[in-house]
Amino acid sequence: MTTFLRVSDLTVKAKDNFILDGISFELEKGKVLGLIGESGAGKSTLALAAIGYLKPGLEISSGSVVLDDNDLTIASDSALRQLRQSKVAYVAQSAAASFNPFFRLGYQVTELVILSGFIEKSDRYKVATDLFARLQLPSPKVFARKYPHQASGGQLQRAMIAMALLNDPDLIVFDEPTTALDVTTQLDVLSVIRQVVAEQGCAALYVSHDLAVVSQMCDSILVLRHGKMVEMNATRSIIDQPQDSYTRSLVAHRKVGDFLTDTPQADDAPLISAENITLGYGKVQIVPNASIALNENEILAIVGESGSGKTTVARAIAGLLEPWSGTIKLRGTTLQGNVDNRSQNHRQHIQFIHQLPDVALNPRQTIRTALMRPLQVFKGLDGAALNTRLNALMDEVELPRDLLGRYPGALSGGQKQRVCIARCLAAEPDLLICDEVTAALDPLVEDSILALLWRLKEEHRMAIIFITHNLGVTRRFAHSVTIMEHGKIVESGPTAQIFADPQQAYTCRLLASEPSTDAGWINARELSGATGPRKHRHDSL
Amino acid sequence: MKSPLLSYTVKRTGSGLISLLLVSLLIFLGTALLPGDAAQALLGQNATPENLAALREQLGLNDPLVVRYLSWIGGILQGDMGISFSSKQPVLEILLPKLANSLILALAASLIAVPLAIFLGIVAALKQDSLVDRAISFLSMWLVSLPTFLTGYLLINFFAVRLGWLPSLSVLRSTADVNDWVAALIMPVAALVLVTIAHTMRLTRTAILSVMASDYILMADIKGLDRRRIILWHALPNALSPIVSISLLTVAYLMVGVVVVEVVFSYSGMGKLMVDAVSYRDLPLVQACGACFSFIFIFMNFLADFLCVVVNPRLREPKS
Amino acid sequence: MITRKNIGVLTSLIILAILGFCAIAAPLVSPFSPQEIVANPFQEPNGEFLLGADSIGRDLLSRTIYALRYTLGISLAVTLIACLFGTTLAITAALKGGWIDIILGRTVDAIMAIPQIIFALIALAAAGVSLWSLIAIMTVLEATLFYRILRASAGDIAAMDYIEISRLRGDSLSWNVFHEILPNLAPTLIAEFGMRFAFASLFISSLSFLGVGIQPPSADLGALVRENVLAISIGRFSPLAPAICIAVIAVSTNSVVDWFIRKYSIRGELS
Repeated sequence: MTTFLRVSDLTVKAKDNFILDGISFELEKGKVLGLIGESGAGKSTLALAAIGYLKPGLEISSGSVVLDDNDLTIASDSALRQLRQSKVAYVAQSAAASFNPFFRLGYQVTELVILSGFIEKSDRYKVATDLFARLQLPSPKVFARKYPHQASGGQLQRAMIAMALLNDPDLIVFDEPTTALDVTTQLDVLSVIRQVVAEQGCAALYVSHDLAVVSQMCDSILVLRHGKMVEMNATRSIIDQPQDSYTRSLVAHRKVGDFLTDTPQADDAPLISAENITLGYGKVQIVPNASIALNENEILAIVGESGSGKTTVARAIAGLLEPWSGTIKLRGTTLQGNVDNRSQNHRQHIQFIHQLPDVALNPRQTIRTALMRPLQVFKGLDGAALNTRLNALMDEVELPRDLLGRYPGALSGGQKQRVCIARCLAAEPDLLICDEVTAALDPLVEDSILALLWRLKEEHRMAIIFITHNLGVTRRFAHSVTIMEHGKIVESGPTAQIFADPQQAYTCRLLASEPSTDAGWINARELSGATGPRKHRHDSL
Repeated sequence: MKSPLLSYTVKRTGSGLISLLLVSLLIFLGTALLPGDAAQALLGQNATPENLAALREQLGLNDPLVVRYLSWIGGILQGDMGISFSSKQPVLEILLPKLANSLILALAASLIAVPLAIFLGIVAALKQDSLVDRAISFLSMWLVSLPTFLTGYLLINFFAVRLGWLPSLSVLRSTADVNDWVAALIMPVAALVLVTIAHTMRLTRTAILSVMASDYILMADIKGLDRRRIILWHALPNALSPIVSISLLTVAYLMVGVVVVEVVFSYSGMGKLMVDAVSYRDLPLVQACGACFSFIFIFMNFLADFLCVVVNPRLREPKS
Repeated sequence: MITRKNIGVLTSLIILAILGFCAIAAPLVSPFSPQEIVANPFQEPNGEFLLGADSIGRDLLSRTIYALRYTLGISLAVTLIACLFGTTLAITAALKGGWIDIILGRTVDAIMAIPQIIFALIALAAAGVSLWSLIAIMTVLEATLFYRILRASAGDIAAMDYIEISRLRGDSLSWNVFHEILPNLAPTLIAEFGMRFAFASLFISSLSFLGVGIQPPSADLGALVRENVLAISIGRFSPLAPAICIAVIAVSTNSVVDWFIRKYSIRGELS
């Protein structure tokens, strides 16, 4: 095989900032190259540059992109459009936003091939139907007549892959194609991608921040950081013998061992318990009759996919959502359902951390004000004692003290989440409720936040309810786990036991869907039928 | 499968009717709760306690408020809008010809203002931050800030007094022919266009820009479609609902903009009629004009919302 | 610092300051008394009477300066009162929700279903034309406009997680309003205030021009135009000076608002 795509010393700038800095790689047909890195690493820009597209405001300052012997950096706009129409294809992260809401899916998918005259207009819906059938979309004939808002995220992602295939491309760019999907849906889409790339025999670039996914999908991996190449090598070499320290930490993140060094003693009286609570919004019932309990110093993970009701349970315990029925107890004392009616003492002992620190911190308050408030309200501190405590809090969450005078806008995502943690810590709570607190963070930042939470739990003897969809985090961070699906608790118990010996079919499927860096993981899933016909039922959620 | 369009139409018609009801109530209460009443106003100098009482009885002014409101509404539905205090003629007879004149003026202005404003708005959006865009936004800031009567008098000063091309007043006699009409309409129409165009332009620009910034336009660009097709085929249909609603609201604003313009040019329409009626405190006439303007305004809003749904598949088609 | 970008805003601010000063210091600034007959009727502008005289010989420049008092004073008063009411109600509705929110929303919808100038004309016919009814009616209209914008903004802010944190902490209503909501609402509030002020000055001028606003012998800028319609219709420019003055007030205010909005949306926050 000869080189189909050659990128040499590519440098892309936005005004005076480097977005990409001296990137070089080659790719043959039939091979898949993974581009991996944290947000802002330049991986999407690189993938788009490879198919002759630059977002407005960016410019190539040096280097070349040679695709099938054409240098794209010197090609005219119309030549590039011609190329993108015929030889390459792009699969975007958010299929829901990337389909035009005005047209039926069958129309959009076939728009290009009809413009290029590959197929007749009259065959439009027949061609689309056949293709959708090939990608195992449910009732393809009806699907082709649907508008984008009438299909689910996983279905749209497959429709977008279908669109990419129609003009018979030599190179396909997959830009985080499964990031917005739940794990069980993700597995189905990954399997479809592998299948079409193999059948098409084309080259592919696979962009992702998830090393496990990339390791299953790609022949080799290019690690990017701050627009620079960190390391490029065959997939197994990257996973098994990473050379660069950054790559090593990425790989280590995936393989990190158990945090757990203790098992909290099972008391007769749990710290907090929710007994037979039924929850809903307005007239719609979300969670029927759920019970959970946890002990002091215990970490309980509530795990589920989107719409499983895990956050609803957390909000009920915090008192943000009054249960329709059932009771919530703290140390045996029944709590008021609505936080507005709870005592200041109860409010102090249950603290809540939101998923997105951006909206959990008031943008018009300095960090000092944000941290000062709970110290005044719960601890009655002022003057010098207040200042001493503020500094101590900053030290505890490992933030420089001079950030106290800043506004949240000047902080990074990880720093903001640390401020939110410090704000809860100020109240010296017994229970910390963490709602997907690391979901919006890059993997390495996620690790450092988890380590921080662990250390604080050890030092302050707090219990933590950890709401998450991330099984890897659950495995190494939680003493016990509760699995939820469609508002119902499927299974709960000690983490080690559930992960080693799941009793329920849903738990098995969920655990099997969690991507791993192990060689051959996805082949094993496909063979065992973890992907397949049953997907449609879940996909339509 | 339930059609969202049908259920939306029913809901929106319902809320439109409630608006009408509330508005009629506001208008009625505003004018009914006054010291001094219609009988007094109608009789004026000739009022004696006896004939005053007789007329009150005849007009039903002694009835409870609810009865009076219902009979007022009932009257309107049958085309009876009461008797004008100042001219003692039925309100409807006075109103209809003036309404026709106002509609002609507003319609003529709409036909120019709407396409022009939308065209300029689209140009400004597609040439975002260029010289053209900045010139258009500078112009629109001046236009929204000009009092309508200043625009009107500047036109008169220039085209009628200095150049002598057009009559300075748009007074139409019953013998007026087409040429008289055109001559009389040019300046009021121009003034109306100038005062309404800025707002429409800005809204159109914003609508287009927000569509152009969406992921599906990016996707169309990445797919290599040519720019003309992206704008005309992928962006414009999605900007259609905001543009349709902006256009109809412009027409609604034009309907109201006629008030000042008609006074400036002495154009004999419903706006001028209403202002005169306010000066004379001719309440039945004020009520009728107000109800008429409000009805047109509410109807235009209804039409705008309705068409918005019709041209938008996301609102029109059921979820699944 | 003066740059090409903010020169327009600076000019606008200076113009507004000068006009404001003239209004406050009218007796010191104006060359004649506004009511005194000092010249011939329809006197052409000259060195002594910069804008000429009106139909009975009163100095137009002096009358314009005094008219500024009415236009700016009433606009400012109306905008301030309406802002206070509109904002208070909007925040209350956003925080409390429930029936207060529904009733306020319905009322505002009903008022806004009538075109503003038509609402004003009906109300003026009903209440009679006077300074106080004018202020009351305009305040109602402006307050509904304030309410609609601020209710939406305050609703967005009230849905933020940091408001939830405040609730979890058991914060008082006053902390919530003054420390959590208002600082975030401030940019919208300031921009809206500017726009509403420009609108009020245009609106009151229009009503006075129509003869249903400020009544003689007092006159605001719109009423001055009405008084001198005869001179204008024979082609005089100088009686249009009050109208141009209104336009200048509105343009200056709008350009300051534009600058403020652009600055805010680019920087994301003002701090």
